[in-house]
Amino acid sequence: MFEDRKMETMTAPAGMELVYRRPSTLVDTPMHYCPGCSHGVVHRLIMEVVEETGIQEKTIGVAPVGCSVFAYNYLDVDMQEAPHGRATAVATGIKRVHPDKIVFTYQGDGDLAAIGTGETIHTVNRGESIVVVFINNAIYGMTGGQMAPTTLLGMVTSTTPFGREQPVMGYPLKITELIAHLPGAYFVTRQAVHTTAHVRKAKKALQAAFEYQGHNKGTCFLEFVSNCPSGWKMTPLEANDWLEKNMLPMYPLGDLKVPGRN
Amino acid sequence: MSHKPEQPRLMKGNEALAESALRAGIHAYFGYPITPQSEILEYLTEHGRQYGCVVLQAESEIAAINMIYGAGGAGGRVMTSSSSPGISLMQEGLSYMACAEIPCLVVNVNRGGPGLGTIQPAQGDYFQATKGGGHGDYRLIVLAPSSVQEMADFVFEGFRLAEKYRNPAFILTDGALGQMMEKVILPPAGSLPHPEKPWATVGKPKHRERNILTSLHIESEKMEKVNHRLQEKYTALQREARHEAFQTDDAEVLLVAYGLSARICQKAMELAREKGIRAGVLRPITLYPFPSKAVAGAAEQASNVLVVELNSGQMIEDVKLAVNGRRPVHFKGRMGGIIISPEEVLAEIEHIVEHTQVEHV
Repeated sequence: MFEDRKMETMTAPAGMELVYRRPSTLVDTPMHYCPGCSHGVVHRLIMEVVEETGIQEKTIGVAPVGCSVFAYNYLDVDMQEAPHGRATAVATGIKRVHPDKIVFTYQGDGDLAAIGTGETIHTVNRGESIVVVFINNAIYGMTGGQMAPTTLLGMVTSTTPFGREQPVMGYPLKITELIAHLPGAYFVTRQAVHTTAHVRKAKKALQAAFEYQGHNKGTCFLEFVSNCPSGWKMTPLEANDWLEKNMLPMYPLGDLKVPGRN
Repeated sequence: MSHKPEQPRLMKGNEALAESALRAGIHAYFGYPITPQSEILEYLTEHGRQYGCVVLQAESEIAAINMIYGAGGAGGRVMTSSSSPGISLMQEGLSYMACAEIPCLVVNVNRGGPGLGTIQPAQGDYFQATKGGGHGDYRLIVLAPSSVQEMADFVFEGFRLAEKYRNPAFILTDGALGQMMEKVILPPAGSLPHPEKPWATVGKPKHRERNILTSLHIESEKMEKVNHRLQEKYTALQREARHEAFQTDDAEVLLVAYGLSARICQKAMELAREKGIRAGVLRPITLYPFPSKAVAGAAEQASNVLVVELNSGQMIEDVKLAVNGRRPVHFKGRMGGIIISPEEVLAEIEHIVEHTQVEHV
């Protein structure tokens, strides 16, 4: 039964060319994410890389607390669900007892850059050879749209109803820039997935990160500047447009640290 | 293959525990310095390599317990240790691990509190250790050594129980037992078998379902089922309750004390018997599961029960539940890191006996 369904989704009808399919490493189930959300795209990209590089059997993931708390429902690899902010500590534990395995965390901005800042900084500073996937949508999606450490100045959230005011709530935290300064960081990049061109670039970055982990020379840290149509109270198209105009000037895309270059 | 019998060594409690952990075959230890247990981390950083054990000084106790969660979830035999304020920081992780059913060993070398408190020995963390400690309905398997020998032995026992029941185990000891030196015969290395852990996150082979370790069950019906499963485990655990009894058969005053206090009570018992007072000591070895039946049985023989703790009276609640009103249960304790003397306990025993005789007149 399962095999039949797999055939149905994995092969093209006669006379047609297959140009896109769900990677076998992504569980065939509807996702709980809102329409237009970046999470689904990044999930798929990670699992495409896992499938294409044949590392499913040695990959272990760590899910955070936040919208992607259920990531293990979709990613067909062994996974642990970490307490809020602690994903990189959990990943450190896994990697230290299995240095030959591929370990990645998947974390949002609140998880990685607010409650888990200490774990994030120290994990990278130790140069743990893991991949950190960081989804920055400048908001707490799961809990209903509260301010995140990366919320832009003036941005309205449910806990900054008058916009984020610097004298009260400080500045948006550019944690990826901070991370890039640490000697334990091996590869640091900032990507986005709101257009097909960006998706292609983002996948290349993920391919590089998972390959670099095999070098065991430090942490690969990938920020994905993401949207949150529900939290931002926009349509998916409006959200992508807003991301381009407001998020990218604050969080410019590109590589911050590349092996052999910095 | 025959092993040469181990020669007794003179060791600090903390160091005996650390050496025993290496001999128990731990794959990893993650910890953070705090007095009075830093010798465990120091010993392991120095000697761990010879055993191929990962030893990492974490950036905090919060990070340490989550490294344990990761490494234990990935199938490792793992341990951390701390003292009271650090153990408070670990409660979140312990709650997650209890729910995700990850075996591990956590050691609390109890110091005086609350707050930053004092670095002197105390037993003020009994409630925290035995009643869950973090959020939600869960229990740890809690062992209370009362000698340096048991500091070493209970590492093996802790892992045996943790792995048998897929539950975090906990050694509740104190600053005096951690710091004092005694003769110890260490358990032989390699004598604790590693069980299969088919649930561990080690990478998913093609033909097995992925292993997911989580404490999140957002549908209430599922969450209740998980809770029922945990409660069934805790019920099954009751058979592991252990205690030690000293002259309880004819005791008119039954002393109940654990760890360091139990040793003080043994001395007080001797002093009392020299004065013609029939005192006995019951020492719970497992604080959870609590040896309720043993306490109730011993209390039946006595006319009074005296609980002695280095706190304001915590285990006394479990003793009272066990005795269930059939005998008066008295309390004597010291706090703030002060170790009660056998003479103070004797004075309390004498007071109880006098008071009882007056009542009988």
